[in-house]
Amino acid sequence: MPGVDGFIYPNEVELQWSVLIVLYPFLTGLVAGAFILASLERVFNVAAVRPTYRLALLTALAFLLVAPLPLQMHLGHPERSFEMYITPHTDSAMAMFGFVYLWYLMAVLVLEIWFDYRPDLVRTWQASTGLKRQLYGVLTLWSDDVSPEALRLDDRLGRIITIVGIPSAFLLHGYVGFIFGSVKANPWWSTPLMPVVFLFSAIVSGVAAVMLLYMALSRWRGGRADMVCLDTIARYLFYAFVIDFSLEMLDLIHRIYEAGESFGALDFMVKTRLFMSHIVLQIFLGTLLPILMLASAQVVRYGETARRRIYAIAGSLTLIGVLAMRWNVVIGGQLFSKSLLGYTTYKMGFATREGLLPAIIIMLLPFAILAVLLKVFPPWTDEKQMSHGHA
Amino acid sequence: MESDRRAFLLQSARYVLLTGAASVAWEHILAGAPQEAPNYRTTDHWWGMTIDIDKCIGSGNCVRACKEENDVPLEDGCFRTWVERYRVDPEHPEHPLVDSPNGGYDGFPEIDNPGGKYKTFFVPKMCNHCANSPCTQVCPVGATFDSPDGVVLIDKSRCLGCRYCVQACPYGCRYIDPRTHTADKCTLCYHRITKGLTTACAEVCPTGARQLVDFKNPADPVHEFMRTHKVHVLKPQMATGAKVYYNALDGSVR
Repeated sequence: MPGVDGFIYPNEVELQWSVLIVLYPFLTGLVAGAFILASLERVFNVAAVRPTYRLALLTALAFLLVAPLPLQMHLGHPERSFEMYITPHTDSAMAMFGFVYLWYLMAVLVLEIWFDYRPDLVRTWQASTGLKRQLYGVLTLWSDDVSPEALRLDDRLGRIITIVGIPSAFLLHGYVGFIFGSVKANPWWSTPLMPVVFLFSAIVSGVAAVMLLYMALSRWRGGRADMVCLDTIARYLFYAFVIDFSLEMLDLIHRIYEAGESFGALDFMVKTRLFMSHIVLQIFLGTLLPILMLASAQVVRYGETARRRIYAIAGSLTLIGVLAMRWNVVIGGQLFSKSLLGYTTYKMGFATREGLLPAIIIMLLPFAILAVLLKVFPPWTDEKQMSHGHA
Repeated sequence: MESDRRAFLLQSARYVLLTGAASVAWEHILAGAPQEAPNYRTTDHWWGMTIDIDKCIGSGNCVRACKEENDVPLEDGCFRTWVERYRVDPEHPEHPLVDSPNGGYDGFPEIDNPGGKYKTFFVPKMCNHCANSPCTQVCPVGATFDSPDGVVLIDKSRCLGCRYCVQACPYGCRYIDPRTHTADKCTLCYHRITKGLTTACAEVCPTGARQLVDFKNPADPVHEFMRTHKVHVLKPQMATGAKVYYNALDGSVR
């Protein structure tokens, strides 16, 4: 059989989960990571990252809105997906997705954004006319109370929601890791470390994404991203990355040292079919290189321009590395037979329902949504947050 | 009166030509609906299967009968049951050579075994109808369920086609039916066994290697079989409560 080495069970010819399922943990990871960055400011009072607070929340929302789309497109019967809400099978990890998702979307993100933006929304509502006035009227829920007491209450509630939001963000992405980590039939997935590794790689990817977006948007608005803010984000990115890398290496070393039943098959796979995406893209280019770059920015006194470039390159590499990690988990976990006696190949279509083209569109969609969100909810409250040109 | 005689003659002709169970099922065959089994009580049975490796000759009869009986697509990657051929080098038992061309549907082409060096045997595979089945556990909407008589079944009208169950099965027994986009697998010929028949695969096995067994039936020969044979299940480390018991299963089988 073409593309097959050794023996695979006859029903294993086709890969069950496609590139769209690679995007699902990638997207939710960006959501969780962006939210964690936002809560750095809100809960842990890291004032330096204040300029990215609102941007991080809007980024999280934009990606969260798209996150169920690849799942929906993958289903054989998308019209039945609502059954998961009405008659969930409570033993199933996957059945909880809808509830975890809705909780995070409605009880955390939307509420937090609303409380934070309320005074702005009221101001715009009162200052505008026509259709715009209608829109902002709806967005404020026709409540124009911006008295100091009301704002104090907003702030308190916002803080409580963020505090609830942190475990929720952990839940959202740890849960995604659990979907894979709990499949005992698959030795590549089945490890209790999976949710933790997913979580930390999520934080890494989300922080990197917001950092890059902040740099790009600042430049686009004709200014430059605040350097203190960037340095702080980069420092936290570095910390999270070190934890993430340690966990991934712990998993790898544990597998190598334990050398269990499945080790031969997995070892072969990593050295052949996954060599490029695992060793080269994920570990070297996507993890070691950005960690070294970020570490060097901590110890060497680079100039500001050099630091900006380092952060931009390290951030981009990070995103490539995390996407490669999702690929290696989802696709890699299906390239070997459960008989451990053979290997198959993933053939990705292009303009098919689960091909590359829909994957690219799904990846671009959050940016389109973010553009709309930035228009409706301008995150730039204070021009002084942008430092103009003192490079 | 005329019509009564006509009905009587038709009825008699049917009984003579079709005999027994088939004539009872005739109305349902005409209606295109499965026959009901009013006298079947799920609580009286606990189904499983025994497979005797030493008896399997790799005829592929079971694979063909299963596809025919259960309307399984003939294309690649759709098997409710299949047969694997093992060749084991006694010096390297952990690296067996395995093949299963078209799941054994067309039988097996002869292969060289110079000097009888390899230990060779066939392993029929199918859903293990696990008592603690991982596929049932992961189904988000309960479309896959355990029947009270120990058979793992799928309600195709509820299946989302998320494929989590295919991932969760350690034995590779599930596939997605390309016509319905829902999960599919062996039903242990539930439509037959609830009417006192055996499964299609067991029915056609020329050597009796496959036997449908009912653990709740004290008269079932399975009790004697389990007592007198060295039986084993596939991948016992998965702790799925598999109910397909193999006699003479080689340690190299995955």
